Amino acid sequence: MKLSIFRILFIFSLVSISSAASSAGFRFKTEGSKVQDAISFVSPYAEDNQRCFKCHGQEKYEYTNATLGRQVRALMCSERIVRKAEFYQSNHKSFSCTDCHSSEYVNFPHPGELRMEQKFNCIDCHGGDEKFAQYHFEEIDSEYRQSTHFKLESDGFTCWKCHNPHSYKITVRNSENLKETIAYDNAICLNCHSDFSKFQLLTDKAEMNIIQKHDWLPNQSVHFANVRCIECHTKVNNNIPVSHQIRPKGEAVKLCNECHSKNSLLMASLYKFESKEQRRDGFFNGIILNGSYVIGANRNEYLNLLSLVIFAGVIVVIVIHIIFRIRKSKKTK
Amino acid sequence: MYLYPKWIRLWHVLNAVLFIVLIVTGISMQYTGKENSSYMVGFAKAVKWHNFAAVLLTLNYIIFVTGNIFTSNGRYYNISKENFFRELISQLKYYSLGMFRGEKHPFPVTEERKFNPLQKVTYVLAMYVAVPLLIISGIGLLLPEITITRFFGVSGLILTDILHITMGFFLSVFMVIHIYTCTLGAKPTSLFWGMISGYHRDDDH
Repeated sequence: MKLSIFRILFIFSLVSISSAASSAGFRFKTEGSKVQDAISFVSPYAEDNQRCFKCHGQEKYEYTNATLGRQVRALMCSERIVRKAEFYQSNHKSFSCTDCHSSEYVNFPHPGELRMEQKFNCIDCHGGDEKFAQYHFEEIDSEYRQSTHFKLESDGFTCWKCHNPHSYKITVRNSENLKETIAYDNAICLNCHSDFSKFQLLTDKAEMNIIQKHDWLPNQSVHFANVRCIECHTKVNNNIPVSHQIRPKGEAVKLCNECHSKNSLLMASLYKFESKEQRRDGFFNGIILNGSYVIGANRNEYLNLLSLVIFAGVIVVIVIHIIFRIRKSKKTK
Repeated sequence: MYLYPKWIRLWHVLNAVLFIVLIVTGISMQYTGKENSSYMVGFAKAVKWHNFAAVLLTLNYIIFVTGNIFTSNGRYYNISKENFFRELISQLKYYSLGMFRGEKHPFPVTEERKFNPLQKVTYVLAMYVAVPLLIISGIGLLLPEITITRFFGVSGLILTDILHITMGFFLSVFMVIHIYTCTLGAKPTSLFWGMISGYHRDDDH
């Protein structure tokens, strides 16, 4: 008997290992096909934009210096670099550079006064436009103005600090792979919060260590890979797709059962875009397709009911048994 | 009759305490609501205690299996295929009818037969099927990074969780029945005393 049990356990572990290997392979294929889709886009302004990318597309550029009468190679300021591949995968991929920047930039050397050019903010194009009404950009803007980012650094902080107009792409609404979305969105925060050279551009605070700050969080790496920073660090607003009111650190979610419960906070944030149909019977069905799992939130109502019925049945049988025992002991007395 | 050696008694009492801790903390994690943050022991405490008790239970289980391999205690768990169902039914009949009619126990306890056929089957299912599955799935939940991500299109973690909770539930039900059947001795308390002293009274079943 014992031998056969160990044999079953051995087979069970072999099945687990082989499934892990096959699932890893499956994921690789999916990611590969997505990259293929993204690079197949051809911009109607590709030719015009190429004139800008020629110098601004990488770290170095070359131009003919009329005064010196020769070709000069120079370094491009990192702030002025726009990666072509990233741009053509971004939300603004169908734009021409001169849609947002002055058409006078076509002249080289660029006129000096263009440096004073007022840059657009999200709300300048997306605000008050019927086409974007469903995304409530005005409310996003007002949320942002209440966020700790704006309150602490209203001068230095802009939409662009998180949403680079040359590379940002919406992921959470469209992505089939939630893990990809989470990694992409968290990278936005970590871009400054884990890189002190960028962080100190906006603050005089001492260098911080994200890992150490989150020491209290059990299974830290699993949390970081499966939820976005904003899940705990923003105030949920159901009117807008993604909450933009970043709260001060003292107000961040720290109670486990805010997420690990039946009415999980994640339903209003991370899993908001799962269809209602998928969410029927609570959390379980919506998340089962995602590969996500939250202790305390993933409850199967049918199993809950079944377990109660079984447990009640056992108690009833025991009570009946006790009654018969009492009757028997009275008789024998 | 000396039936329960010291190591079995120590293993048993530790197993019992850990099981109770795991059930209470497990329910605390599974059913905590957003509103009742301190439901039973509260989520954060429950996670810590559940993990701690689970590691101890796993070590205790290794002691149990090793003890059964290297001592003669293992022989009590050998199920004979011969008359398997007949013996099982006869024991069930005794519990449901025979004992109320004053019939004799069909399988009285001897030094060679510590468990009746029904006990044997339930103990083997609990200790050699449910507990290993509970421990394996528990390790999968404790270290989610080693758990398979997808299994036939469904999250590996959810399947692991369902397996863990189902086994935990069955073992909780087993514990209730186990405690109740332990009141079926000569006196309702005598089998409990036997597990403390190590001696089984001959008039017990």
